[in-house]
Amino acid sequence: MTTATQPRGRARTANNPVATRSERLRRATRWWPALLLVVLLTVPYSALPLPGLLDGPIGSPGNLQLLALCLLFGGLATGYDLLLGRTGLLSFGHALYFAAGTYVTNTVMLEAGLPFAVSALSGLLAGAVLSALLGAVSLRASGIGFSMVTLAFAQAASILVQRDPGGVTGGEEGRAAPADRLPASLVGIEHTANLYWMALAYLVVVLVVVQWAVRSPTGRVWEGIKENERRVEVLGLRPYGFKLVAFVLAGTLAALGGIVYLLLTGGATPQTTTSDFTLSLLVMVVLGGSGTRWGPMIGGILYTWADQRLGDLAGSGAVASLPSVVRVPLSQPLFLLGALFVAVIYLLPGGVARLPARLRTARTSRAADREEVLQP
Amino acid sequence: MATVVLLTFTGLGLGALYFLVAAGLSLIFGLMDVLNFAHGALLSVGAYGAWWAASGHLPGAGSGGAGFALAVVFGTAVGTVAAVLLELAVIRPLYTRPREQILATVGVGLAVPALLSAIWGSDARPFPGPKALSGTFGLLGAEVPLDRPVLIGAALVVLTALKLFLGRTRHGLVVRAGVEDRAMVTALGIDVRRAFTLVFAIGGAAAALGGAVGGLYFGSVDPHQGTSLLIFAFVVVVTGGMGSLTGAALASVAVGLVQQFANYYTTAGLGDLAVVVLLAALLLVRPRGLTGRLA
Repeated sequence: MTTATQPRGRARTANNPVATRSERLRRATRWWPALLLVVLLTVPYSALPLPGLLDGPIGSPGNLQLLALCLLFGGLATGYDLLLGRTGLLSFGHALYFAAGTYVTNTVMLEAGLPFAVSALSGLLAGAVLSALLGAVSLRASGIGFSMVTLAFAQAASILVQRDPGGVTGGEEGRAAPADRLPASLVGIEHTANLYWMALAYLVVVLVVVQWAVRSPTGRVWEGIKENERRVEVLGLRPYGFKLVAFVLAGTLAALGGIVYLLLTGGATPQTTTSDFTLSLLVMVVLGGSGTRWGPMIGGILYTWADQRLGDLAGSGAVASLPSVVRVPLSQPLFLLGALFVAVIYLLPGGVARLPARLRTARTSRAADREEVLQP
Repeated sequence: MATVVLLTFTGLGLGALYFLVAAGLSLIFGLMDVLNFAHGALLSVGAYGAWWAASGHLPGAGSGGAGFALAVVFGTAVGTVAAVLLELAVIRPLYTRPREQILATVGVGLAVPALLSAIWGSDARPFPGPKALSGTFGLLGAEVPLDRPVLIGAALVVLTALKLFLGRTRHGLVVRAGVEDRAMVTALGIDVRRAFTLVFAIGGAAAALGGAVGGLYFGSVDPHQGTSLLIFAFVVVVTGGMGSLTGAALASVAVGLVQQFANYYTTAGLGDLAVVVLLAALLLVRPRGLTGRLA
């Protein structure tokens, strides 16, 4: 083992041609996101089965639907991390802006009878305006106070939606989207592939926007606010405005996700307004790795997949035949996810995205230890 | 008049429930900077403990008289133990990672209600309260349910006990000083960690008591009762000024009353909204809450 790792380590520093080769390799692997995107784009054409991971071939409508949800939540979690991981704002009310996108779009279609494109635009606008208004108020409080106020707003909206004012929201049942108003290519089981591509497009849009925003001058200020807000103030900048920009951008991205969700599930449900929904976003971000480029996306995909599959597992015959001590907790996906979340916080600080780096450091330090032992 | 009296008592009863949840939440936050998302779960644990005991599972406990008192004590004890376990097993190992402490309580807050609904089902279970408390009493022409004064009494007892504990005992002094300035107390060589466990135990006991008497108020227990109360307790804590017990007491009365009156005189559901609008308005004027403590 040592003879295999040692020369390689030495070669990287001393041997020049090898170094350029690894450099070339790194340059080539820099394009892996594009390659992954191409693979993801072709998924609807694939009939490859992934036993254990999915039920049946990948390209079947059911699996495409699940994968589309995974991608959608990957994007949603990435947008949410704009607040948590990039600016250090712990919002507990993100569900509100997502639900605003879903509900406003659907309600405008149903009540005003406007076409989908106009309704979607109004849904997006509603998300932006709502996040600007409520963010302006919530950001008056700092730290945990901010978290609680965002939670209170979201909860008030959730109660309002569930009370069904004027029969507009449909209360506990929610309301189905009017199929005749939606573009024909986005309705029906035979068009699941289009919905899948739409979810993928949403994920790409969010990734690009977040990456662009984080690299912009505003993004640097966000990073400063996250590290030390007082220091940003001392530099002569008012953090309030920058935080509000992050809040509105994240809220608008969430509203866009809500519109995709409306198309994907064919309706608006009050579950998306609850605090549990925001908490699940939080779980996704922390699970994947907050503040990293790919972490929230990975977390969103993993969480959604696990949520779905754990539900299937809980309902399966294998679980029903287990003794009650094991069966009872297994029958609740939320229990498993909650426990998993606590475990991730303990065992994987930094989430899944930091895992390779952690393993690498662990290996090099172990190798270094061994070298020390061998040297004398 | 009758309506106003009834609404006042209902609002105060609800406020009492909020206070029982918010008191521990506020102390824990003030001392440890931990927003305990599992606090609602502690309430549910207390409620289920009392329900389980009062349904005849615990020898000596029952739905009437001394048996019911024993059931409430049992529920409170279970909640206290759960709170101490939570502090020792989840909060303490993450001592140096404050944000992760909050996230871990989020995980516990998701898992515990799910576990409760796995064991006893997700539907509400009727709460076996004593017959003596199920009636009403006449006051200024209103028929006020007897459980309202019981709730208010419980909250007043907890408030007085906490005031006495914090003001008159050495442990209370440590907690108070820790809420004020944790770093200084640590620098004086006092083990704040023991105070953490103590505050968690107190908070858990208050929340669990809230769950037990909340069973009387709602007439049933369900796994998600705690979580829905928790959110209004958050509103109370922010409104009152974080870490302040008096602020929490004042704010819970205000929130309970506003909610009840607005729900009655406008349409149902608007009261909950009114509370949040009130919070927003307050924050615009005083970003640090009623008592002006640091948020």
